[in-house]
Order: sequence, then C-alpha cells, then structure tokens
Amino acid sequence: MEALIALVIGVLTAGGVFLALRGQTFPVVLGLTLMSYAVNLFLFVMGRLAIGVPPVISDAAFGYTDPLPQALVLTAIVISFGMTAFVIVLSLKARAELGNDHVDGLEREEDRHE
Amino acid sequence: MTLFFAVLTPFVGAALVALASRLGRSHSAWAAGAVTLAALLWLAPSSPLPFDGVTLIQQHDWIPALGLNLAFRLDGLALLFAGLILGIGLLIVLYARYYLSERDSMGRFYSYLMLFMGSMLGIVLSENLIQLLVFWELTSLSSFLLISYWQHREEARQGARMALAVTGLGGFAMLGGFLLLGHIVGSYELSDVFASGDLIREHPLYVPTLVLILLGVFTKSAQFPFHFWLPHAMAAPTPVSAYLHSATMVKAGVFLLARLYPALSGTPEWFWLVSGAGLATLLLGAYVALFKHDLKGLLAYSTISHLGLITLLFGMSTPLAAVAGVFHIINHATFKASLFMAAGIIDHETGTRDMRRLHGLWKFMPYTATLAMVAAAAMAGVPLLNGFLSKEMFFAEAMQISAGHAGGWVLPALVTLAGALAVAYSLRFIHDVFFNGEPVDLPRTPHEPPRWMKVPVEILVVLCLVVGIAPAFTVAPLLAVAASDTLQAPLPEYHLALWHGANPALLMSFVALAGGALIYLARRPLSAWHDRSIGLLDARIVYNTLQNGLFALARGITQLIDTGSLQRQVFVFLVAALVLGIAPWLAGDTPLAGNRVGLPLDAVSLTAASALIVATLATVWLHRQRFTALITIGVVGLVVSLIFVKFSAPDLALTQLSVEIVTIVLLLLALYFLPQRAAPEPEPARLWRDGVIALLAGAGTAGLAWAVLTRPYDTIAGYFLANSVPGGGGSNVVNVILVDFRGYDTLGEITVLALAGLGIVAMLQGLKLPAPSRDDAGRNWDADAHPAIMATLTRILLPLALLVAVFILLRGHNQPGGGFIAGLITAVALIVQYLANGAQWTHQRMASDSHPLIAWGLAIAACTGLASWLFGYPYLTSTYGHLNWPVVGEFELASAMAFDLGVFLVVVGATLMILLQLGGLHRAPTRKRGP
Repeated sequence: MEALIALVIGVLTAGGVFLALRGQTFPVVLGLTLMSYAVNLFLFVMGRLAIGVPPVISDAAFGYTDPLPQALVLTAIVISFGMTAFVIVLSLKARAELGNDHVDGLEREEDRHE
Repeated sequence: MTLFFAVLTPFVGAALVALASRLGRSHSAWAAGAVTLAALLWLAPSSPLPFDGVTLIQQHDWIPALGLNLAFRLDGLALLFAGLILGIGLLIVLYARYYLSERDSMGRFYSYLMLFMGSMLGIVLSENLIQLLVFWELTSLSSFLLISYWQHREEARQGARMALAVTGLGGFAMLGGFLLLGHIVGSYELSDVFASGDLIREHPLYVPTLVLILLGVFTKSAQFPFHFWLPHAMAAPTPVSAYLHSATMVKAGVFLLARLYPALSGTPEWFWLVSGAGLATLLLGAYVALFKHDLKGLLAYSTISHLGLITLLFGMSTPLAAVAGVFHIINHATFKASLFMAAGIIDHETGTRDMRRLHGLWKFMPYTATLAMVAAAAMAGVPLLNGFLSKEMFFAEAMQISAGHAGGWVLPALVTLAGALAVAYSLRFIHDVFFNGEPVDLPRTPHEPPRWMKVPVEILVVLCLVVGIAPAFTVAPLLAVAASDTLQAPLPEYHLALWHGANPALLMSFVALAGGALIYLARRPLSAWHDRSIGLLDARIVYNTLQNGLFALARGITQLIDTGSLQRQVFVFLVAALVLGIAPWLAGDTPLAGNRVGLPLDAVSLTAASALIVATLATVWLHRQRFTALITIGVVGLVVSLIFVKFSAPDLALTQLSVEIVTIVLLLLALYFLPQRAAPEPEPARLWRDGVIALLAGAGTAGLAWAVLTRPYDTIAGYFLANSVPGGGGSNVVNVILVDFRGYDTLGEITVLALAGLGIVAMLQGLKLPAPSRDDAGRNWDADAHPAIMATLTRILLPLALLVAVFILLRGHNQPGGGFIAGLITAVALIVQYLANGAQWTHQRMASDSHPLIAWGLAIAACTGLASWLFGYPYLTSTYGHLNWPVVGEFELASAMAFDLGVFLVVVGATLMILLQLGGLHRAPTRKRGP
C-alpha cells in the first residue's frame, strides 16, 4: 500500500511539474492544483498510513492515527484554495492588461483575433 | 513611565498635528507647539533629579528573551540634549510658521518635524543600545522626509537620498558595533556598558567594535570623509536646517561619542581615530566654508567644521577636553541655530542666498543684521560670547596634550589656523551680506521680517550673550551635570569665566582673530586660487561613482538571475531543486527503503489509485482541451478525498471534498474569461525536456515518500491525544489542535485567507474583461440560463445545506467537522444559488457584500483569544463547561467553539467574496473585441 501511495504522489507531482512548465496561465493553474494535491498527500502520509483509526477520542476506538499532520493539511487545503484563487485572478488581471494569457505576458499572434 | 510618555508624545503628536492642519494653517503650528510643550512637561518632574546626582532609569519588559527592554535613562547628558531638542524645537516651530509659504503644506511639515523630534528624544533618553539604534534609524528616516520636504525640487530629493544612504549605512555599521558591544558586555543596558569599560577596552573585539560604532557616529555627524552629505541636505527648508544641523540630527553622532565616552575612550585607537577624523573635519570644513557663495552652504561647512572640533575634543580623551566638548555642543547649538534662522530670514526677504548678490543689507534690515552679527561673532569665538569660552578651553586643551611631545607645536598651530579660518568665514558672512556695497539685482526688495519670526533668533542670541558674559550664573550647573554624566566620573577642576588671565590659549584666540581678519582681506586671490585647484575636488563625484557602480552591479546580478520569464524561472528552480535533492542521496549509501512493515494492498485501493493516475495523466494529456481537463482534475480531487477517507482522516476528506467544489466553480469562472483557444503546441524538444524534468521530479518525490513510509517514526501526537479531552474539551483531536492547541496558527491562517480575498477584490477593482456571449463554435452560452428544475431544487436544498453546515460546525469539536468545513459547505450552498438562479435573483434576497463577514469572523476569533486575558490566562487559552439544555440534554460548550465560529465566518466570507467578485465581472461594462 505504501508503494502505491508513493506512486500516486509521484504521478501527481510529475503531472503538476509538467503543467507548471507550460506557457499559458490555465495549464499552470491546473499544474499548481495537482502539485498542491501531491504536497498535501505527502504531508498527510508523514503520519504513516493507518486504516480505521481516526483521531476521534472514543471508548470504542482501538487506536488513533497521528492527528498532527491532519491538522496541518486541513488548513493547507484551505490556504491552497486561497492561493489558487489568487493565481487565477492574477492571470485574469494579466489577461486584461496585457491582452493575452501567457505567463510571461508575451504578445502572441494567435491571441489577437478572438 | 514618564520618560516613555515624553518620547511617545511627539509620535502621537505627529498624527494630531496632521489632523489639526485641516482646521487651518496656524492650527498645526499651535498643535506642534503644544505637543512640544507636552513632551517638556512629561520631563519636567524628573528634571531636578540629575542635579541631585540621581540617574533616573525606567524599564519595561519588551522582548526580555533577546535582552531587549524598553529602557529609558535620564541623566545630566540626556537632560541637556532633551532640553536642546525640545527648547530649540519650540523656537523652530514658531519660526517655521512664518517661514513656510502659502503653497507649503503646514500639516506635513509639522508632522515630519514631530516624528523627527520624537526620534531624537528617543536617542538621547535611551538606556538600551538596541532601542537607541531603533530611534537612531528613525532620525535618518524622518530627516529624509524633512530634507525632501520640497519634493518637486530635484536637489531636495537628491540631497535627501544622499543623507539617507550615508547615515543609513552608518547606522547599519553601528548595529554591528552595538551587537559586538552587547556580546562583550553581556547586556545592552548603558549602565552595564559603563561598568564594563576596562573589559571592553581589553577585549580582542575592541577594535572592530570601535570602528563600527565610529562609522555610525562619523556618518551621522558628517565627519570627514563622510561630510559631503550635509551641504546637499541644505536643500531642505531653512527651519529644518536650523533644527537638524545645529542642535539635533548631526549632534546625534557627537552625543553618542559623549554617551559611550566612558566605555570606549582612553585607548590609542580611540585617540587616533576620533581626534584624527575630528581634526581633518575641523580644518576641511573651515577651509571650504570660506569659499562658499551660498549662505547656507557656508553655514553647512561651518557646521561640519564645528562638529569636527567637538569630535576632536572627545578624541583628546582628557576629562577637561570632554567638558569642553559638551560645552561646545551647547554653544554651537545656540549660535548656529540662530545663524541658520537669520540666513532663512535673508533668503525669505530677498529671494536669494547667493553672497555674490547679497550686499549692503544693513540699510534694509539693521535689526536682523545686528542679531546675525552677534551670532556670527559667537561662531568666530569673539570674547563676551559663548563661542569664545568653549573655543578657549579647546585651545588650552590642544596646548595641554601637545606639551612635552616632539612636534608639539603642530596641533596648536593647526587648531589656531582652524580658528583663524572660522573668524574669516564669519567675517565674510557679516561683511559680504550686510555691508560691502549695494545688493546686486535682488528678486525682492528686502525689509525686516514679521515680528514673531525674529523672536526665536532674539532668544538664542540673548543666550549666546549671557552665557558668554556670565557663564558661572547661567550654564554652569547644567554643564556640570552633563559633563560629569558624560565622564561617569567626578569632574576635573575647571573654572568657567570670561577672564583666565594672560595664557597661551588667550594668545591663540587673538592670533586667530587677527589671522582671520588677514585671511578675509586676502580672500580674492585665495578664492581665485581655490577655484582653480581644490575647489574642483568634490566628494560627491566619488559618491556618485560608487553609487552608480553599485547600481550597475545590482542590475547586472538581477539580470543574471531574473530573466523576466516565469517559465524560465520555474525551469531553473526545478532543475536546481532536483540537483540539490538528488545529489546528496547519490553521494551517500543510504538504502531507499526502510524496514517498516507496510499495509497489504487491496483491490479497491488499487482501482481508486488507478483512477487517480489515469485522471492525472488525462489532465496532462488533455490540458489543451480546457473544459475536459477541468473534469479530469475534478476526478483527481475526488480520489484524493477518498484517500483521506481510507486512511482515517474524515476531517480532511470533508474539507477536500468541499474545497474541490469551490475550486471547480472558480476554474469554470476563469475559463469563461480566459482565451478559449490554447496556444499552439511548442516544439517537441521543449516537451521532451519538460517531460524529463517532470518524470525526475515525480520519481524524486515518490522515492522520498517511499523512503519515509517504510521507516518507523516518533511522534509527539501522544500529548495531543492524551490532552484533547481533559485539556481542550473535545474528542475530535484534529479540531482541538486547530482551535485550541495551535489556535494561534489558525488565527494566522484565516488572516491569510482573508487577505487573499481582499487582495483579489483589490486586483479585480476596475478590471474589464471581454465576456464572450458565444462560444468558439458560435453557440450561445446560455440557451436556458437558469433551468427551472435546478433552480427549484437548489431553493429547497438551501435550508437543508445550511442546517448541515450548522450541524457540522457545532459537532466539529467532538466529531469530524468544524469551522473550516462548515464554512466551505455554507459557501457552496450559497454559490449554488447564484449558479442556479442568477446573481440578480440572489442579490434581491441576500446581502451581496461579504466583507463584514470576514471582519466579524476575524474579530470574533481574535476576541476569543483576548477573553482569556481577562481571566489572567495566556492568549487563546480555551475553557469549556457542560450545560444542561432542556430537551436536548447535556451539552458541552467550549470557548474554542467561539473561535471556530470566527473561522467559519472568515471561510464563508472569503470564499463567497472570491467567487462572487469573479462571477460579477461580466456584469461590468465590457468592450467589444472583434467578431
């Protein structure tokens, strides 16, 4: 199972990195989203994998997984939403001011006629 | 606390003064005067203490762990300087009221002046060195504002920049010096520093400490070779020059010399460095002053020269020289401030400061001329005036320390020469301006200034006279306490009097007077010679060359690192991360996998992971078909939340799920505004290159995850699990960590979220985007904008969704849920209303402005923390109790739940704000672009 999770994290990272290297804003935003999945998962599994032992105290529980990475990742998820939103708005602003959606703000032939 | 309030008063006053300027021009002057008086009043009750030999020290903890306390000290030296700062400050306030013209903003001027006054007071009243340095830097900053007060003038901006650069660099060096000093002494308190004088002088780090501190002192007090900024700072309005360059800013340097005198002086290094710089500055300033045609330029170089004199006195390291140094600080402040004010009056009434045009003003303004003459005589060191007394002490000390040395005539000769030059430039100031023929085409016909503009000059000139005639009855007590607190030792025997009998010092004074007259008579050939030779040298050229070189270097480095291309930056960053990450692992021989036994693989997990991998690959593959990519990335997000479900993280799953929904809505909105067509495929080589980097990065993270997951680990989770219920009153440990154990972090995080929301609002302000009404194929976007079934269903769902949100919020402390998740669910529920029913319909039923939600959320969260203060607990300590509600039964209530309510409100507010702002864009007026 650990190998599978490691593979999942690796695939998410690879996809995120590839998309982050694209030239237009939308794929870069997608790439950042994939990378934040990867990072959140990575942080989360630092508490190791455990099934059926949520960190909710009860008499019936037979064990608890590590709550600390979970608390960390919970806020990270919300913050990465804020970041994604910010990046998207930044790209819209760039689109409005520069007239195209390239991350470097290049004027491209193809964008002119829409 | 009185000293603290004395320093605080001008800072608070700066705001009041700015406000008062709205009532009228005079009001800000009155307010500034009142603020200065208030600061004086705070000091008044403690001012007798130094005369009784008591040093008042007031301490308040600030950052005790760093040895940083708010500590103030009032001793003789501090009292003297505080008196100069506030007393002359008061006169400047009065003078500036008449000096500034209708076009100048009074509020801005007095506000800056108050800031500067507060910073100066802070320096002289500081007991802690680091605190002193903070005020030191504040004087650099506020003097920058004052010098550049006439921002429309190029030379004002340039002068201000130069002053800031030079004094700022000096301040930086001084920080290093203070840190070393603190390291040697083990404390930053002046009292401890004074007590460790021998320790400091014998320490191996003494020389670097001394050099760094002296760099700060010399730059601030315009000592050679850092003197060049001061003449350029003359671009400031004259009241500023009168204040900064007579009694305050430049005196901060010599103040520090005096302040640290007991700790640092008495070594050969101190002697040569300090008196060397002082002597060079004394001579250079006096020499250049003689040839300046600008009235203020002459005064500026004379100031440099007098600062050199004071520095030289402290460098001589004899107790009597230090007394003379303190005495000359007082005298120079009084006569130089009055001279600057007189120069300002002349400038104000004639419209020029050029001494080649200003002649024969005696006829027009005899009264001002008389005042200026007295002050200039004090500057020249003419008997019966205060300048004479300290200068004679200076001559006597120069004789004293040279006596018995080979070449002992050099120093007395040089200082006599400097005295003669001072006489010559003082003569020039008086004779050229008030006599010496007729004025040469002045812009205005000169006349006496308004009555009250002369009052500050009169007061200072009277002081010059009474101190000069009867020193023992006026300045003696203040000088005695200031000097003895400078030395931190009993005073040497000295006698303040006009007549000391015929002695070498008196002879030197007369030689200087006669020599000065001779130099003045020979000024024409001298001046012609100067203009051909030394006058061509300008330290500013060196400064500009250095500065331009530095700028070019910085630009070069920046261009090398920042190519202006994000793609390239990301590429470089990733490659660097890969190399740095992989290289150490390749170099070592650590096996990748550890020996921890893992969980068995099951078919469901395998299927889900396959789905995730396929969806990720599809997103990458199809990223050019943007809408499809959006769907596949949604699948990825869903599987990620399933992973959280599987591995015992219900809170994370709920959060991920709700974030997923808002993210997709967000991306949909973005797609609407972004160009619908992707750019053409880049060349294959580029794709291959990126593909390889992506694979390496993926392999690297996978390997790292695998390496960690296969190793056992220690966790501090035990504490949280054990204390969650007894300490935090909640059984959902994740939530208790968020709102209780690490509540402070969460407060920071919701603040970040709120700021992201506000930043988005700011960026979208006035943004106009072309909103296409048709898609690429020419179809209408919305055949049926608000489908009836969806609209109806969402209306029914809304109360249910809100109920679920409240339920999740309330149970969050004990069961999976909490503020973050409840906030996201609420936001989704509301957003759906917008999607299904349209903005207009929704706005009629709901307030559209979510700013207040964010504000309330932050306020509630912050106040929950504050509430614990009321009960004497640290910030954000939580408490809980059990309530017995009728019908519901026993119900647990924790104060952390109020905090969670704050989190909830911020999340709802920020999410709604982001999405609604973006969604509302297309309602902004659009411009037509093409077909």
